Amino acid sequence: MSNLRSLTFDAIIIGGGGSGLRAALELAKSGKKTAVLSKVFPTRSHTVSAQGGITCAIASDDPNDDWRWHMYDTVKGGDYIADQDAAEYMCSEGPKAVFELEHMGLPFSRLDNGRIYQRPFGGQSKNFGEGGQAARTCAAADRTGHALLHTLYQNNLKNNTVFLNEWYAVDLVKNASGDVVGCIAMCIETGEVVHVKSKATVLATGGAGRIYASTTNALINTGDGIGMALRAGFPMQDMEMWQFHPTGIYGAGTLVTEGCRGEGGYLINKDGERFMERYAPNAKDLAGRDVVARSMVMEILEGRGCGEKGDHVFLKLDHLGEEVLGKRLPGIVELSKTFAHVDPAKDPIPVVPTCHYMMGGIPTNIHGQAITQDDSGNDHIVNGLFACGEAACVSVHGANRLGGNSLLDLVVFGRAAGMFIEGALNEGIEYLDASESDIESAMKRITRWNESEGGESIPELKAELQEIMQTSFGVFREEKNMLEGVDKLALLRERIANAYLPDKSNAFNTARVEALELDNLMEVAEATAIAALERKESRGAHSRYDYPDRDDVNWLKHSLFFPLTKQLKKRDVNFKPKTVDTFEPKVRTY
Amino acid sequence: MSNLQVSVYRYNPETDSAPYMQEFQVDTKGRDVMVLDVLHMMKEQDSGLAFRRSCREGVCGSDGMNMNGKNGLACITPLSDVVKNNKLTLRPLPGLPVIRDMVVDMGLFYKQYERIQPYLQNDTPAPAIERLQSPEERDKLDGLYECILCACCSTSCPSFWWNPEKFVGPAGLLQSYRFLADSRDTATRERLSDLEDPFSVFRCRGIMNCVAVCPKGLNPTRAIGKIREMLLADAT
Repeated sequence: MSNLRSLTFDAIIIGGGGSGLRAALELAKSGKKTAVLSKVFPTRSHTVSAQGGITCAIASDDPNDDWRWHMYDTVKGGDYIADQDAAEYMCSEGPKAVFELEHMGLPFSRLDNGRIYQRPFGGQSKNFGEGGQAARTCAAADRTGHALLHTLYQNNLKNNTVFLNEWYAVDLVKNASGDVVGCIAMCIETGEVVHVKSKATVLATGGAGRIYASTTNALINTGDGIGMALRAGFPMQDMEMWQFHPTGIYGAGTLVTEGCRGEGGYLINKDGERFMERYAPNAKDLAGRDVVARSMVMEILEGRGCGEKGDHVFLKLDHLGEEVLGKRLPGIVELSKTFAHVDPAKDPIPVVPTCHYMMGGIPTNIHGQAITQDDSGNDHIVNGLFACGEAACVSVHGANRLGGNSLLDLVVFGRAAGMFIEGALNEGIEYLDASESDIESAMKRITRWNESEGGESIPELKAELQEIMQTSFGVFREEKNMLEGVDKLALLRERIANAYLPDKSNAFNTARVEALELDNLMEVAEATAIAALERKESRGAHSRYDYPDRDDVNWLKHSLFFPLTKQLKKRDVNFKPKTVDTFEPKVRTY
Repeated sequence: MSNLQVSVYRYNPETDSAPYMQEFQVDTKGRDVMVLDVLHMMKEQDSGLAFRRSCREGVCGSDGMNMNGKNGLACITPLSDVVKNNKLTLRPLPGLPVIRDMVVDMGLFYKQYERIQPYLQNDTPAPAIERLQSPEERDKLDGLYECILCACCSTSCPSFWWNPEKFVGPAGLLQSYRFLADSRDTATRERLSDLEDPFSVFRCRGIMNCVAVCPKGLNPTRAIGKIREMLLADAT
């Protein structure tokens, strides 16, 4: 492999979405030799699709707002397995990170007094759940992710960040001591494969919603960082926790923001009944997403679904009037006309819970350092490896993420990882170089695909994987079905290992990229399936018919999936925030 | 209903000495799917077909292409909008070098974007909270900040075809005006002086192809008009 060209950076950031660009910005400003390696041009990353906003106690809508209330909501929303030190950090640092975005130029919508507009979102409260609904989500109309991602990209241009756009990271390179010292990456345009050497490798590769047949996620959300980390032998945390967003457009899967309900829209069943009043008498349509999604499925299962097949419900917005829709939700009007053939000013939008967000991921501390666990259950830092954004599990979202907390997570922890890496680089980092055989082992799978001479087709295997996940690991789960799913996935893994890449050309070979993505989907699906089967309780987004209750005695824990043994262990949740009292687990109602 | 006849531009630099059009028969089962869905169906027939795509909902700007002669985003263009006589012809965005099949080299397009310094510049110290901006001031950014850099406009613009190195093009100019119009930006004078040469802005001939194709319904021609007004006011 000595013929492999190498590129050397102080830090390589894999992924050009919100968290990757925020980390890169911090490092670029510090003058470190930093590169962002992204499989798409950065503004094509999935952050661009975020709609409703970024939740943060900037005390604009309510001058008395308090980040501690936001932290309480976050911990409760996560059904008490969010790490409280991490939630504390995110909610308290949040305002700084949001004001920075505004200073960078993010075109937030405004209140009459000139401050940033905030709207109500699900699971938000004042005064630790006692003071009624809060309006804490900072918004740029319903295009907040777009505005945020473009602003971050623009500011990286301003600070001369190096971009390797349309490059695909294949696998991590580890040295003899097990430190991560870079990655193998392919330039998509030319097909050239290089060895990227770096003292800090940041996985900011986003989510993996494409493991499901029906998802709000972009086609590129294939869990590349998760796949790389698992193949390198590192554990994944809370992978059973997948959020199903209540309002994906029926049939198309495209997202309709929770901001619709924040602005006063609500869900109705076939009888026109506002059914959330029965399931969550206080918060109604603004209960936690897991709660709303389950309620919708219950309505459908009990025969009150809408449409010919009775397999969806309606989101009613027409009472908001054209002016509010045009001002606050213009993107939604566009999307529903395009994908549901419905003008929401006149008719309700058909919606159904749709896979949206991966709460689990690479376990990290608040500095983005990846964590593994030894046989005695002690945490250890993985040298050289960092993660932030959806790929990471810090964990601020626990078992269920609150709306608007994803964008905040991206910028707060992207920034934190950048700051930490800058400090570490200043102190000096020395790792052993990777040997020829270290590099060769990271080259293994791309070599396998390139040498494949026959076998099953990639799109068909992908469709099968998505169907298995949809059928066995959806909103409601139970053992028998999941066991079947796990078995099917085991067979599928063998078939994927023998699948065929017919096109071996070099120039912009998207078939090769899709082959490499399929491996990652497989890794994510397996980790999800085994974690879901083993967590024998219902908590947050993980809801089981056979274990319908939360079990704090046995499962007030993170799950940790180890890829080499395929076993699930437990990891303690942090209940020790630094500046506030612990939020003790309570029954979670809305 | 008979299969949809799709004619697609093909070119692989490793194997083709020249580009050619390839015919596909696609069975859409009579559904009015999006052009992107048709591309995926064709890719199942021939995995070598290369095109960009990401969000599949019209916000990431990856899949700008020329569909029956008109630029647009494949993911939000239903067949009923473009197909005539059961035929669909797909070509890459015009005027940019082709890397492979539907994938063009966007380098020149991005260069013109970078040229206008597409980031807020403010030479006063940042306050501890956000900079204030009235809703009326913020309204001025509507119709500007929503650009997704898909390049449908610039690659449909004859002035950009003719002078892609010197004319900023509709996308870049729309972004330029997005910052000129921002009450928080203090670099107005510098921005304008960077644009006052005969090419950067003044090569726009008001043809308005950009307006006709913008998948987000934006109006670069109007933004260019505003920049011209500012340049003229600045000169007097």
